[in-house]
Amino acid sequence: MTPNEKKQLQTVACKVRQGIVESTYCAKCGHPGGSLSAADMFTYLYFKELNVDPRNPKWEDRDRFVLSKGHTAPGLYAALAHRGFFPVEDLKQLRKLGHYLQGHPNMNSVPGVDMSTGSLGQGISAACGMALAAKTQGKTNRVYTLLGDGEIQEGQVWEACMFAAHYHLDNLVVIVDNNGLQIDGEVAKVMSPYPIVDKLEAFGFHVKSIDGHDFDQIEAALNEAKTVKGQPSAIVMKTVKGKDVSFMENQAGWHGVAPNKEQYEQAMAELNAKLAELEGN
Amino acid sequence: MADVKKMATREGYGKGLVELGKLHDNVVVLDADLAGSTKTGMFAKAYPDRHFNCGIAEGNMMSVAAGLAAAGMVPFASSFAMFASGRAYEQIRNSVGYPALNVKIGASHGGMSVGEDGASHQCCEDFALMRSIPGMTVICPADGVEAEAATKAAYAHEGPVYLRMGRLAVPVFHEEGFEFVIGKGEIMRDGSDIAIIANGLMVYEAMKACETLEEQGIHPMLINMATVKPLDEELVLEAAKKCGKIITCEEHSVIGGLGEAVCSFLSETCPTPVRRIGVNDQFGQSGPAAQVLAHYGLCAENIVSVTKEFLGK
Repeated sequence: MTPNEKKQLQTVACKVRQGIVESTYCAKCGHPGGSLSAADMFTYLYFKELNVDPRNPKWEDRDRFVLSKGHTAPGLYAALAHRGFFPVEDLKQLRKLGHYLQGHPNMNSVPGVDMSTGSLGQGISAACGMALAAKTQGKTNRVYTLLGDGEIQEGQVWEACMFAAHYHLDNLVVIVDNNGLQIDGEVAKVMSPYPIVDKLEAFGFHVKSIDGHDFDQIEAALNEAKTVKGQPSAIVMKTVKGKDVSFMENQAGWHGVAPNKEQYEQAMAELNAKLAELEGN
Repeated sequence: MADVKKMATREGYGKGLVELGKLHDNVVVLDADLAGSTKTGMFAKAYPDRHFNCGIAEGNMMSVAAGLAAAGMVPFASSFAMFASGRAYEQIRNSVGYPALNVKIGASHGGMSVGEDGASHQCCEDFALMRSIPGMTVICPADGVEAEAATKAAYAHEGPVYLRMGRLAVPVFHEEGFEFVIGKGEIMRDGSDIAIIANGLMVYEAMKACETLEEQGIHPMLINMATVKPLDEELVLEAAKKCGKIITCEEHSVIGGLGEAVCSFLSETCPTPVRRIGVNDQFGQSGPAAQVLAHYGLCAENIVSVTKEFLGK
């Protein structure tokens, strides 16, 4: 990726983060922490990786993305809005009664959402179904799913992993957002899912460990996944929960709490400074 | 009625799947290590490339089915009623029901007639669980022919469908070629003294009971109400107005099933005395199916005695 391309992605990611802060602030609730940790991945997926068409969100042969960690809808919605699936202005309507931006992803109300999720552990299975459908239909589209590192405590995740390997779903990429925190605290203390990489390898995945905030590494891992044949791929990305909002970083308390006015202003100021820095370079 | 041909409804499901597979490329069948029992093995033999065993992992199977449906396939996901509706309830509620995906759930071994396996496998709560999900269609066919027709109707219907079949071979009284209409009850016998509304294997029991009652001068109306949801309200109302008294019969708990659906509807439209024959808020037990059914009053004899008591005769 060229330096210019990377800067563009970083700029978009910054705007996606602003969308997360803005939407959860307006909703007075929602999940900023894990949305911010995955913001770079959301950005890369929707601006570089996925073969999708914002003017035709239900296009049959599109690549699919299933947000298995559905509570981080603010991150997904912000990426979709900036990609042109719906107006960025609408992010302010997140979680409002009667509005289409439901608290957790709804495939029937939100343009660009491929699967309704929110109950942890189910999205990865649905992604397996989509990957299996593509194979059965002889299609070449690919399927991506993003899970939280707390989410993989759900037994269904491992049922799905067994399934993905058993049916050789090499058109499936399972991404684990390893920000290390869940609602009740550190994942390692609540119920350790470690070693994540070893587990996924034992379940038959081709696994890459990356820094989830480094676009070069994201790109390399996703490109490598395309070369893997006969087995599904997994990317375990180390991230910072609350990334790029100083007071939210690495704080489990920001899992599911919205910023108040003062915090909102500070967060937006920090992200604006980052944007200015990117544009200045 | 003594020498009628017998077939389990699950057998009809298996036959229906094979027919659908022949006609439609988008039909895929999922099973959770019970392909021999649920009869999806028949489809696996005919279309091995479109049958996917998910292993003993029903939750994953239901969400996989949702993903297949979201990508344009029409999956039939099969297991025993207990594990399909019970273990995978939340997957059905959130991955299938909430997005209104076109998933068909083929649940065999429903009810007490599982017999020897006992209470852990005798699911008498599935109508209640599935009825409570918005947009879910719930069907319990009465014989093999109806099951095959219902399977085809489920395919033709856009949206989630729960099909409840049984393990036990039961008498076939529908003619080959019978066409199933979702949401339409079937008048099996006309009468005006009392209306019996039944589904599943209780329909045949009710048919036998009606013969006995006729011999004793009681003229019952009998309705096969295979579709539990959406309920054929028009027909229930007609039966209530005509007969004034209703008995419901189902191989399911009296809580949340056909009987309760009938009562809920009538209490708000045409309050009518109802007696519900079903499982009375209890778990089953092991034993030969016929003995277990009789023990819990799921038999013609009990329908006769409840009817006579209800009519004061």
